[in-house]
Amino acid sequence: MKIGIVDCGGANLNSIYYSFKRLNIDSFISNSIDELSQMDALVLPGVGSAGKVMDTLSKKNLVSFIRETNKPLLGICIGMQILFDYSEEDNTKCLGLIKGNITKFNKKDVIAVPQMGWNKVECKLDNTLDGYYYFANSYFNKDSDYTVGYTSYGNQFSSIIKKDNLLGCQFHPEKSSTAGEMFLKNFINSI
Amino acid sequence: MLTKRIIPCLDVKNGYVVKGIKFKNHEIVGSILDLASKYNEEGADELVFYDIGASTYDGIVSKEWVKQIAELINIPFCVAGGIKNLKDARDILNNGADKISINSPALANPNLIQELANEFGSQCVVVGIDSRYTDNKYIVYSNTGDEKTIKNTQIETKAWIDQVQNLGAGEIVLNCMNKDGVRDGYDINQLNIMLKNCDVPLIASGGAGTKGHFKDVLTKTKSSGALAASVFHKDLIKINELKDFLRKNSINIRY
Repeated sequence: MKIGIVDCGGANLNSIYYSFKRLNIDSFISNSIDELSQMDALVLPGVGSAGKVMDTLSKKNLVSFIRETNKPLLGICIGMQILFDYSEEDNTKCLGLIKGNITKFNKKDVIAVPQMGWNKVECKLDNTLDGYYYFANSYFNKDSDYTVGYTSYGNQFSSIIKKDNLLGCQFHPEKSSTAGEMFLKNFINSI
Repeated sequence: MLTKRIIPCLDVKNGYVVKGIKFKNHEIVGSILDLASKYNEEGADELVFYDIGASTYDGIVSKEWVKQIAELINIPFCVAGGIKNLKDARDILNNGADKISINSPALANPNLIQELANEFGSQCVVVGIDSRYTDNKYIVYSNTGDEKTIKNTQIETKAWIDQVQNLGAGEIVLNCMNKDGVRDGYDINQLNIMLKNCDVPLIASGGAGTKGHFKDVLTKTKSSGALAASVFHKDLIKINELKDFLRKNSINIRY
């Protein structure tokens, strides 16, 4: 099995690569449609900002490829956020695969912005995935038709989404210790 | 609810983890990878690697150990020391660090904070602040890695905290220098003063000596986490036991 890590700019693409390596899974970082087409599944890592990630995808002509792919695709953090219609961050039109918007945490509701650290996820689909995961985000989706995992920071927000071939998590499974490894294994097993 | 973070800080010098008292007289306490692995297994929420030689001697952080840490551990970690521009930061983040922390270079060039935040996102950008009570004021010091280079910047800590937030810092580590390495408790008073107008996560540093000190700083201040070095390196406190103790005291801590 081969997993393609979509190089959508930003730094730290290696974290997810190392994470798969620890699970003995081959993964490749690429922004070429030819190479990504040969993979069994895709990961959209997304570190940076929504605007920058969408810009990079568009410059590399990857927008339609990702929108149209039937391969299992895991979006992580901003990689999940850009699956939605729109993000307030950089006023960005996103991929529009999932109905809903991304907004910024309100400083009045929370202790600090960004949300930084380990928070509890409750997964409606599979409670073996419940646990503490690592978050580092200033923006979030409140709720959607495809939200299957919830977390509270000030208010409740979407921490896991699932629609057809798409899986998204607001947290970083590659940095979430054994809980994160479980989550990634679950994704791998679904391929 | 977001949990409070327990963060071991590994001061790195010439490839080893070291610890000094009040920033002086550094002694070697172990190898970087051994200690990283140990703290990961004991349940640390995050690690900070501070290359204390780098900024002081105008050096750059060697990237190889950053990559080795990233391959080894599955929790977030931050690298600090000698990051003076976007390229330095990119190299470290590309090697697998989750955040970079800047201290003296931010004081020399505050715009660096904004450049880093624009390029990599605020969540990657930590500003370390060494603050000492001097002449009835809290003052920021720079180049604190070595007693020969340490400098009073004349900048008041509160003003600097405001400025770094405005420039896009995503987190602040406030090291209360009067308390560093002396293990008689975090500087609750200073932390509360500084937290008043701090909207980004602030990590308390300096003074941890007992489990009770962690309890105090996490209940008496709004600090997002507590950083410590010597008590962990010298096995005075085990992280798993500390976390059990804090949970028993109704503090929200990750299992």
